[in-house]
Amino acid sequence: MSQHLFQLAAEGVSKSFDGFKAINDLNFYLEAGELRTVIGPNGAGKTTFLDLITGRTQPDSGKIEFEGKHDLSALSEHEIYRLGIGRKFQTPTVYTDHTVLENLVLSLAGSRSVWRSLFFKLNRSQRERTEEILTTINLTEHRDRKAGTLAHGQKQWLEIGMLLAQEAKLLLVDEPAAGMTDEETARTAELLLSLAGKHTIVVIEHDMVFVRQISKDRKVTVLHQGSVLCEGPVDRVQADPKVIEVYLGRKHVR
Amino acid sequence: MSAQSRREIWIAATVALVLLGVMPALNAWVPESSFFFISNFTINVWGKYLAYGILAISVDLLWGYTGLLSLGQALFFSLGGYMLGMHLMLMIGKLGQYKSDLPDFLVFLGHTYLPAFWRPFYSLTFAAVMVFLLPMTISAVFGLLAFRSRIKGVYFSILTQALTYGASLMFFRNDMLMGGNNGFTDFKFMLGSDLRSAATQRVLYIFTGIVLLGVYFGCRWLTRTKFGLVQRAIRDSETRVLFSGYSAVQYKLFVFVISAAIAAVGGALYVAQVGIINPSEMTPDKSLEAVVWVAVGGRGTLVGPIVGAVLVNALKSWATHAIPDLWLILLGSLFLVVVLFLPKGIISIPSVLLDFYKRRIKRPEPAEPTPVTTSSAL
Repeated sequence: MSQHLFQLAAEGVSKSFDGFKAINDLNFYLEAGELRTVIGPNGAGKTTFLDLITGRTQPDSGKIEFEGKHDLSALSEHEIYRLGIGRKFQTPTVYTDHTVLENLVLSLAGSRSVWRSLFFKLNRSQRERTEEILTTINLTEHRDRKAGTLAHGQKQWLEIGMLLAQEAKLLLVDEPAAGMTDEETARTAELLLSLAGKHTIVVIEHDMVFVRQISKDRKVTVLHQGSVLCEGPVDRVQADPKVIEVYLGRKHVR
Repeated sequence: MSAQSRREIWIAATVALVLLGVMPALNAWVPESSFFFISNFTINVWGKYLAYGILAISVDLLWGYTGLLSLGQALFFSLGGYMLGMHLMLMIGKLGQYKSDLPDFLVFLGHTYLPAFWRPFYSLTFAAVMVFLLPMTISAVFGLLAFRSRIKGVYFSILTQALTYGASLMFFRNDMLMGGNNGFTDFKFMLGSDLRSAATQRVLYIFTGIVLLGVYFGCRWLTRTKFGLVQRAIRDSETRVLFSGYSAVQYKLFVFVISAAIAAVGGALYVAQVGIINPSEMTPDKSLEAVVWVAVGGRGTLVGPIVGAVLVNALKSWATHAIPDLWLILLGSLFLVVVLFLPKGIISIPSVLLDFYKRRIKRPEPAEPTPVTTSSAL
């Protein structure tokens, strides 16, 4: 097999906490521009997997490579971020005491040095970029509001907007639809779909309605007990007897 | 410039004019018998308050803006004082008790020559450089170790407290050759002027005011840059800051070192005016006092710490001779009242009253959604 260049390749990754194997010999490959949905019951290791990619925890064994050349397990959070990997947390984490616009400004791609931050001025292209993002995430009229006062769904969008401002190549999105109304969920799906192709996206989700909205015939990965149970289009995955067994009695898989 | 910040500058300018123009003028040119005369004592006491104001800003830059409750600011304040103090000790010359070129305490300890590390302090320039250099170096080393190990919250407070306590124990020792528990005092001259004269004290007072004003505007600028945005972001959600690609270590280290420098300048000006520095100034409770000033005045603002430092110390000056036994109880109660009823400090009183008026008396159109402000307690 010729050396195929994946955007992200995790091989034989394991991580345990106090003997509990959160991630167990996980293999995961992601093409550039892909929109991948990862599902799995509680405790399947979804969030731990994101923690490993973003450097919040280090794997016990195995390697995670970004663009075939960066070994992520050796880098710290901010270094991984600077490679172009952005993460949206499960609970919306925006800067609550900053305005919407300030949240985006803090996330804009560019220098992160202390010295530059002292003399930073928003230039024209950056201003245009923030306007563009505000339109994309539908928060233009809320730009000067404190992010803490936004509705739950708006915070989620703002956080996605912050990933866009960062110009992340790889977006890791953890349960974006959690706690959203149906309408907000639909808009979020639309937003993510519009970003696929330009960015590589990993979405972790519980809500199967939402998964169906964003995955269509894209690949869905099912995690179970820290490793991949099966992969494939959403219909096939849902019909898979192993998946049904894992999810037995769970109302999400219909 | 927004209307609010223009108003702020106007207020600052007025206060500065009164403190730096009117008060010294009333001290210098009004006859002592006049009602308007301001005594040398008052000028000296206000000079001390303003020096404390500088210390308070340094505490707030860390605590109010970055969420780092440092209990080590008294150390940097004292080190600044000690560095200038070394120069002032040498300037006493033969006027000391023992009529020796050496500082009295060295003669007392049986020294016959000046230790090598004292010698450069004959130069005021060197001493002034050291006022900055020593505290900044210590804060840089300590900060790097603490922040890299991700020491946060109450653990950071405990460690900084231990740092200043350890240093005070060290300075208490006579073989440190820094004056032991008596520290430095009995200063006579600075730049050839008699430190005990009203004119010199007046100049020092004005100089302290100008430095405070400079620190105020410097911090005002700093907190409004993108650096300020990152600083407050670290306070509210440090994890998120890391995932926005900022190295929180570098930002915290920078602000820690700057704060140390600010505290040190305050300490140097304090010593020149109060005329004494000893290791009890670097005990943890001195740091805590400064934290109380900030809390009382208004955390997370730049005016608040100055107001708090002046008010609490004015109250202390009065209470420690009017009701000396009750002073600590009074201070504790003040802290409690502010924490319970005025979390944003004394300077928030106007806006609190205005809110109250709007809600209770006017009963106007439905209130606007109150902005959620997260208060990070430690």
